[in-house]
Amino acid sequence: MRHFIRSAVVAIAMAAASTISISAAMAADISGAGATFPYPIYAKWADAYKKETGIGLNYQSIGSGGGIKQIKAKTVTFGASDAPLKGEDLDSIGLAQFPMVMGGIVPVVNLEGVKPGELVLDGPVLADIFVGKITNWNDEAIKKLNPDVKLPDQAIAVVHRSDGSGTTFNFSYYLADVSADWKSKVGVNTALEWPVGIGAKGNEGVANNVAQTGGAIGYVEYAYAKQNKLIYTDLINKDGKKVEPTAAAFSAAAANADWSSKPGYGVILANQAGAESWPMTSATWILVYKKPDDTAATGEALKFFAWSYGKGDEMAAGLDYVPMPDAVVKSVEEMWAKDIVDSNGKPIYSGM
Amino acid sequence: MSAVSEAVTSSGARTREAIVRRFALTDTIFRTATRLSAILVLVLLGGVAISLITGSWQALSKFGFSFLTTESWNPVTENFGALAPIYGTIVTSAIAILIAVPIGIGIAVFLTELCPRPLRRPIGIAVELLAGIPSIIYGIWGLFVFAPFLQTTVQPFVIWLFHGIPGLNGLFAGPPYGIGMLTSSLILAIMVLPFITSITKDVFDTVPSVLKESAYGIGCTTWEVTRRVVIPYTRVGIMGGVMLGLGRALGETMAVTFVIGNAHRISASLFAPGTTISATIANEFTEADGELYTSSLVALGLILFIITFIILAIARYMLLRIDSKAGA
Repeated sequence: MRHFIRSAVVAIAMAAASTISISAAMAADISGAGATFPYPIYAKWADAYKKETGIGLNYQSIGSGGGIKQIKAKTVTFGASDAPLKGEDLDSIGLAQFPMVMGGIVPVVNLEGVKPGELVLDGPVLADIFVGKITNWNDEAIKKLNPDVKLPDQAIAVVHRSDGSGTTFNFSYYLADVSADWKSKVGVNTALEWPVGIGAKGNEGVANNVAQTGGAIGYVEYAYAKQNKLIYTDLINKDGKKVEPTAAAFSAAAANADWSSKPGYGVILANQAGAESWPMTSATWILVYKKPDDTAATGEALKFFAWSYGKGDEMAAGLDYVPMPDAVVKSVEEMWAKDIVDSNGKPIYSGM
Repeated sequence: MSAVSEAVTSSGARTREAIVRRFALTDTIFRTATRLSAILVLVLLGGVAISLITGSWQALSKFGFSFLTTESWNPVTENFGALAPIYGTIVTSAIAILIAVPIGIGIAVFLTELCPRPLRRPIGIAVELLAGIPSIIYGIWGLFVFAPFLQTTVQPFVIWLFHGIPGLNGLFAGPPYGIGMLTSSLILAIMVLPFITSITKDVFDTVPSVLKESAYGIGCTTWEVTRRVVIPYTRVGIMGGVMLGLGRALGETMAVTFVIGNAHRISASLFAPGTTISATIANEFTEADGELYTSSLVALGLILFIITFIILAIARYMLLRIDSKAGA
């Protein structure tokens, strides 16, 4: 018995020692939390980065609101959000904000006999569907845009996000931009009071519910539509041209944006001009402290972001994200060198 | 000689005294430990209640009593009301109980009165296994199997059947989404069935055989014995089981979140999507930015806490009554 107790104590001590050494190893990892929208590409970058440098990324995709909460509470080194913070909020908390990657939001439908890209919608019709004015697929407004598609006499089942989401923010921003009705009745936010429809949690939830429900329409990040082989629709953009959701259309929207016009690069890419522009394009942002308590951790995070800007473009394109234009990257790295400093005012980031 | 024996007895008395003292000590330690455990539960319960009240204070002081009567839940204008989730919680649980009680009692009657002995255990175990299925499994099954089935077959038929009948056409109005209030009620009914069945079975076993046998003896049918003897005798116990099932239905989160549609609206139609208190909290808590938003969600939690507390208190009281009756 005594022998047993002694060996048990030794075993526990060894287990404790090994957990301590594991957590010591974890400490070297970069920690971040936030938006689900860019999670697939962050995971891919992190994987490649770890192979190259041995430093991992612990990113929790808990949603944009959660990311903002976590960085405010300083439990993570960086936060990630699909909805940019306003200039005055950034200043009052002392955060620096920069865009990491862009993507597109696409409407997805579940209609028998309709193939991906066959259906065309425009902003006002989309807003009318989500506000509950258009309730049937054979509505005249939809017919007018789609003279060649056989539209069924079927009720439209609207599917939206039930959790707060940056995707919802960008989607509602676009709808408010094209529909006065939407702007006054519903508004723009990460969570809304939806006039119609069923709510589902996360991009995956919306994708699943649309796939399960006949006559459904929802909105998801493009990668989720692609992975789940959902039937996406084309849209009519600001210039009145029909566009397909492709990486080229997303970057066309980004090319026309004036990034320096908003503090913290907080430009929302919805409804940008340009014949090729996809109207529901959005960027996703990173938040870090300008004067971080743990300068080493923030330095590691910035190195990772610089590496991703430099070497991550191809991986991003492979997942249908749009890398940031080089001019924006240059401006962001200059901002790092200027704004993100340690307690002595020395810049934390000094190039790769 | 006598001195020696005296020394022996006195040393014996001393050892005895030491042993008794040790016994008293271990007993005191044991008693204190158990008492502390019991107090710990009360402290935890009180702590939960206090943190819910302080957490929800901001919302409750801003909205006051209108929090309970407002349907709107608008994160854009930060105007929150709990009526839609309260309505959804109570209606889905009530329908679930309405469906589960007759079936549960039926199973219990069959198992205690009519079932051939070899079948008794397999059926009893099968019903209890239903209670062991994690609720997320019910949710996934509900979303991927049950809801599409309802949408394509049952709901269109029911809508067609009641079309034009006043009252019923409003209650079963389209469009058929598949998921909605009725779907989650049906899932909840399956989930509370094992609770109701096993408690009902247990209280049926407390009916004295002499009562049943006398009833059979004077020529009662099985139906009459069940209806006039077994159920009246165990009425309070059945009510307790129902209340326990209701308590579970009220608080069920994951399965409901999957199939209720998570829409903050009150619709006359049972096919329409709705929401419950726990589903709302599960959906929105992580992403609630703004203190008032978070506080309103905590206030929803407080309301659920109070509702469940009342239901469970009633259940306990009723089970207590049948216990004293069985004892007497």
